Amino acid sequence: MDHERTTMRLTREAFAANFAETEQGLTRRSAMEESNRCLYCYDAPCIKACPTGINVPSFIKRIATDNLKGAAAAIMDANPVGASCSRVCPTEELCEGACVLNDASEPIRIGLLQRYATDWAINGGATLFQAGVSNGRRTAVIGGGPAGLSAARELARSGFAVTVFEAKPLAGGLDTYGIVSFRLPQHVSLWEVEQVRKLGVDIRTGVSVGSDIAVSELIEQYDAVVLAVGMGQVPSLGIEGEALEGVYDAIRFVEATKTGELPLPLKGARVAVIGAGNTAIDAATCSVRLGADNVKMVYRRTKDEMTAYAFEYEFAKRDGVEFSWLTAPVRIVGNADGKVTHLECVRMALTGDVGKDGRALTMPVEGSEFLLPVDAVILAIGQSRRLELIEQLGITHNRGVVIVDEETRRTSHPMIYAAGDVAFGAGQGEAMVVSAAEQGKRAARAIERHFAAKPRSEAI
Amino acid sequence: MADLRINLAGIPAPNPFWLASAPPTNTGYQVQRAFEAGWGGAVWKTLGDPIINTSSRFAAVHFNGQRVAGFNNIELITDRPLEVNLKEIYETKKRFPNHALVVSLMVEPKREKWHEIVKRVEAVGVDGLELNFGCPHGMAERGMGSASGQQPDLVEKQTMWAKEAAQTPVIVKLTPNITDITVVARHAVMGGADAISLINTINSLAGVDIHTWNTVPHVGGKGAHGGYCGPAVKPIALSMVAECAKDRAIGVPISGIGGISSWQDAVEFMLMGASGVQICTAAMHHGFRIVEEMIDGLNNYLDEKGIASVMELTGQAVSRYSTWGELDLNYRVVARINDETCIACNKCHIACEDTSHQCIDMLTDEGGRRYLKVREEDCVGCNLCSIVCPVDGAIDMVEVSGGQASMSWNEMQQAIVRANAGDDTASTTGKEAV
Repeated sequence: MDHERTTMRLTREAFAANFAETEQGLTRRSAMEESNRCLYCYDAPCIKACPTGINVPSFIKRIATDNLKGAAAAIMDANPVGASCSRVCPTEELCEGACVLNDASEPIRIGLLQRYATDWAINGGATLFQAGVSNGRRTAVIGGGPAGLSAARELARSGFAVTVFEAKPLAGGLDTYGIVSFRLPQHVSLWEVEQVRKLGVDIRTGVSVGSDIAVSELIEQYDAVVLAVGMGQVPSLGIEGEALEGVYDAIRFVEATKTGELPLPLKGARVAVIGAGNTAIDAATCSVRLGADNVKMVYRRTKDEMTAYAFEYEFAKRDGVEFSWLTAPVRIVGNADGKVTHLECVRMALTGDVGKDGRALTMPVEGSEFLLPVDAVILAIGQSRRLELIEQLGITHNRGVVIVDEETRRTSHPMIYAAGDVAFGAGQGEAMVVSAAEQGKRAARAIERHFAAKPRSEAI
Repeated sequence: MADLRINLAGIPAPNPFWLASAPPTNTGYQVQRAFEAGWGGAVWKTLGDPIINTSSRFAAVHFNGQRVAGFNNIELITDRPLEVNLKEIYETKKRFPNHALVVSLMVEPKREKWHEIVKRVEAVGVDGLELNFGCPHGMAERGMGSASGQQPDLVEKQTMWAKEAAQTPVIVKLTPNITDITVVARHAVMGGADAISLINTINSLAGVDIHTWNTVPHVGGKGAHGGYCGPAVKPIALSMVAECAKDRAIGVPISGIGGISSWQDAVEFMLMGASGVQICTAAMHHGFRIVEEMIDGLNNYLDEKGIASVMELTGQAVSRYSTWGELDLNYRVVARINDETCIACNKCHIACEDTSHQCIDMLTDEGGRRYLKVREEDCVGCNLCSIVCPVDGAIDMVEVSGGQASMSWNEMQQAIVRANAGDDTASTTGKEAV
């Protein structure tokens, strides 16, 4: 049996270097080349492939004609978190995947061009939008993530007074806390928060609705409420040893790399990540960057069933992350000090049947248990629902997934709308940041229609 | 390996690619480097009375991220002493006896001035002379260059003066800054020109800096019109070459100039009547080595077409360059979209819908797949869709037989005249009957 290891923290400098943004972005020259390559299609498929409907040919033509303000405004007009999305969107499944040049040469690098334009706005401190003329109505947004910010921005532009209640110290939600820094530096998300704040939106951070402020109070004081609280922490796996030192929740684990805390002591460590979704990949690649010696992803199904995007999987492989397919955790083993030493696993086999979700079913192979020597275990098996708050609000849900009308985002309560991950799941919605942004916009639009508000203000 | 040698009005050269009289042929060092690189000939930068050049001098027009779609300059003729130029010309010709070395000249429109410069230049040993009646800027303000080139009688007279003294062939270089270039070309021939070269540069202002509001280029905050050349001027030059080539009253060899950037451009100029070409902007953009690509491409083209000598190209397409009145009004092409190749950018649809004849429909088939289709009965065969289409082979312009005999506008007019004449006869007869 392997010896237990002493793992260390990276120095602050090494940590900063390892978590610096991987993609360098386009130079001016490459942005000009790429933007000039765009065909400026009519009725372009990239627009339709973008959940927020960004007018891609238009913003690219504006880059090509040295109108970066116009380009940034076109992007941010359609998508209030367009700067973050330029970095985190699975573009090959969206705009770039739809680019007509896929059939002729290479698709336009739309994500990088979007980043080029929004970086210009960030670095130049440009103000792109202004609040609409007040219509005397008050709206509350619960949750300051992508969906909440998007709704708040649009409501403010059409003259609503907006208050955002955010439980964390900073707004931005997943973009601020949940997406690895080397893909999305925190300052980008905070710039987007600032753009919303500059429209006069009151963003109250550190306030949890349901505990710091009663749900009933909100419903009394505001004309409409947008629920955009996302999801919670990683649920328990229900196996022995989850409380041991060295066992992490993937969401909190990634968060710890973004909040300026001391780096987690994983230098030299052997890490097992349980799960194979995008968050699991994030936890694995973060572990590599924290100095782990070996990172294994443990997944009870096969590569074909994993939910991580193909580009995420490739990214992890390039980072040297190993994948243990058809392997399920049985229990986490610790030493006398309460520290993790092993993960006990069992081999799985495909039953040949397919489950309700269309994925292949597996079953344990009897007697195949084995011990994996590890110094840390990261659980990344999904996220829990905000059941308590949802019940307090008294809105219809399906096992924690708030049920909404797809177009209006209206819940079973006539003045409560929901957007983002809080309403994602059970076959409803999409988990992408860009979908959350669109849902926030739709909720705002429905509220505007309900109160017959004036059209949103134009870009400055 | 095809024979790339040419002979332009008695001036032989190893290939048709000559450097035009311009900054690249300013010195012996440059011309010798050019010959080493493979250029078949060079026209030495214009000699004349000493002048002073400005700083800055050049500007370019860039298009959609591509550099140098067009090029503009306000540089004048040589600013080096005549003796220095003549010494270097002598040395260059001695080192490269088989390359065409022509010297460009520009002096005041006086007989003795022309006699003097022609004699001095020919004395050092050159293959020919080119009279610069085309430079549109600076020198024109002093009554030379295009100022004299815009006066047909002055072109004729000066050509005659040069010819009186010349032993070598005289090429007259024409300005495009004129309504009908063939008029001046005919006068050059009447003056005794052995060949003509065209075009010189076109009056231009390359741009205005939208931030400083200065002209581009500017000299200390002030600008003046320059001469425009480079790829953007090629169609203008090509049409002028063709007009001269088909004019029987001109009938002398043509050295084609204007935006030639590749071997294909050279082939086009030769097909339209040029015996050789002169190039400047492409060399200024890429250096002398660009000629290697031109020679190689031309050679492969000729081999592929089974043409033994490049000189066989000259003038082959001139007869096809007719007048509008001779075009067949019954000829018809229509656009056809190839679904296999189409990438569905819809650029043809919007171009046709907004700016042409509204005959490309955006449709959806039973399987929900979107496609584009031309309503051929409404298509006028304008080519616009195939021009804006970014993919080769996605739109074909297909000849559709209308079953009607060819009928040009001129033929139609003649037919009407004939018919009217018949009517007249009939009515006259009628009158007579009354």
